[in-house]
Amino acid sequence: MKTSVADPLLTVQGVSFAFGAHRVLDDVALEIGPGEFTALVGPNGAGKSTLLRIVLGLLAPQAGRVELFGASPRHLDDRWRLGYVPQRPRLAPDLPATVEEVVAAGRLAKQGWWRRARPVDRDAVGHALESVALEGLRKERVVELSGGQQQRVLIAKALATEPELLILDEPIAGIDAQAQRLFRDSLVHLLREHGAAVLLVSHELGAVADDLDRVVVLRRRVLFDGKPGDLAATGVSLGVHRDDLPAWLEELSENGGT
Amino acid sequence: MPGMPWPLPWPFDTTYMQLALIAGLAVGASAPLIGTFLVQKRLSLLGDGIGHVAVAGIGAGLLFGTSPTWTALVVAVVAALALEWLRSHGRTSGDLALALFFYGGIAAGVVLAGRSATNTNLQPYLFGSILTVTENDVYTVLALGALIIAAIALTRRGLLAVVLDEEAARVAGIPVGALNALLAALTAVTVAAAMRVTGVLLVAALMVLPVATSRVVARSFRTTTLGAGAVGMIAVVLGLAAARQWALAAGGAIVLVAVALFAAASIAAPLRRGRAPDDAGALLSGPG
Repeated sequence: MKTSVADPLLTVQGVSFAFGAHRVLDDVALEIGPGEFTALVGPNGAGKSTLLRIVLGLLAPQAGRVELFGASPRHLDDRWRLGYVPQRPRLAPDLPATVEEVVAAGRLAKQGWWRRARPVDRDAVGHALESVALEGLRKERVVELSGGQQQRVLIAKALATEPELLILDEPIAGIDAQAQRLFRDSLVHLLREHGAAVLLVSHELGAVADDLDRVVVLRRRVLFDGKPGDLAATGVSLGVHRDDLPAWLEELSENGGT
Repeated sequence: MPGMPWPLPWPFDTTYMQLALIAGLAVGASAPLIGTFLVQKRLSLLGDGIGHVAVAGIGAGLLFGTSPTWTALVVAVVAALALEWLRSHGRTSGDLALALFFYGGIAAGVVLAGRSATNTNLQPYLFGSILTVTENDVYTVLALGALIIAAIALTRRGLLAVVLDEEAARVAGIPVGALNALLAALTAVTVAAAMRVTGVLLVAALMVLPVATSRVVARSFRTTTLGAGAVGMIAVVLGLAAARQWALAAGGAIVLVAVALFAAASIAAPLRRGRAPDDAGALLSGPG
């Protein structure tokens, strides 16, 4: 792991969470360092969404500790350092807003939600649009774009604050291969040009498998945390689809993955 | 107001029509601003519900001999904040809690008004009586309208972020709860402001219909909002003119013009863009 040089951006230690008697997370630990590209994978019900909500400060852990940029996620002042791309179908189908307006809303964490945009804010919005190759569509109604384009709008929205850590929730579910490639290019641009870290929560990693620094496999506990190559050595392909994952994870836990 | 009647052309050549015009324009401009956000949050009928609750305030005002506008304002704001609290804490499963509020409010209003010594009836407040507004009424409506416009101007960026994705807005550190409460309170202020113009039972029409009209034509959220305000003002001017020409109930006439403008835009816009109407029907049926 190449994280230990600098302070980690995100530290998760001994985090547990249960809905009633149903334990979703059990003593989970995770660390993300600057510039790292990490994928968090696991089957449905593995606790990925719960862990994500805890990391984002939307949910408090019942045990353990989370630090985001050295602060508790709920009391983080510099919210702009964190970019968040939610799962896709959040845009109301009749939303009368342009691509540019949606992306500009993402800038508010840095701009101040009550402030008018300064030139630096408009530049950041323009740059975010460029980095997802959507600058030509900035005046279009966002709901008239394709699914893949809408996904890139949401990524641009998260990039508009120039975050140090970008968290994406199931970003490539249901978008076509070409859109996945464009998505991958945007992420690699962010990693290389801005040195930002990326945490990708997903079932399928096809398009980005070669670019990952780390894979974390979660099923209530962290079953695997290491280089993608080491995971491949356990006989698992990263192009795996959600239907294959449960069997894959069974195999992994039987083999005693860490 | 100073110098009235001002030298304006028919139908606004008399003092009472000019007072009606000013009060109407203030409401016509401000109600759709609130509506833009309500429609997008699927809360189109919140204005209607708060209008019902406000009847309790009107009844109280009549009973205690104070201005019904102010008592309605207080009751509506308190009810709006309570409803928002219930909504955000997931306590309103189904429409039951809302129904309790709404029908409880209107029933309390009828009972309180019935107890009042004066023989004032609720009718002017339920359906408006814009042609009888006094100078003081106009100043009140102007002040409330200015408050709404100023509040939206200051908070519109944050409100748009909340409308786009409440969770993402929370993650970005935007005070989602406070902005939602503000929007609910401003909805109540709009109800109080519109009370004399369209009446509390028709106020929601001025919040929703201009937005539906503007959305058919506008591409951005900004133009939708500004366009909705413009449509609201056009509806007021044409509605007042029709009311004077044919001796119609002014509040109802304004709302009917708003309905007609929506129908015209829904038919004309797809023709201009060269495609079939897509979401025009859904705009009206969707939120309800």
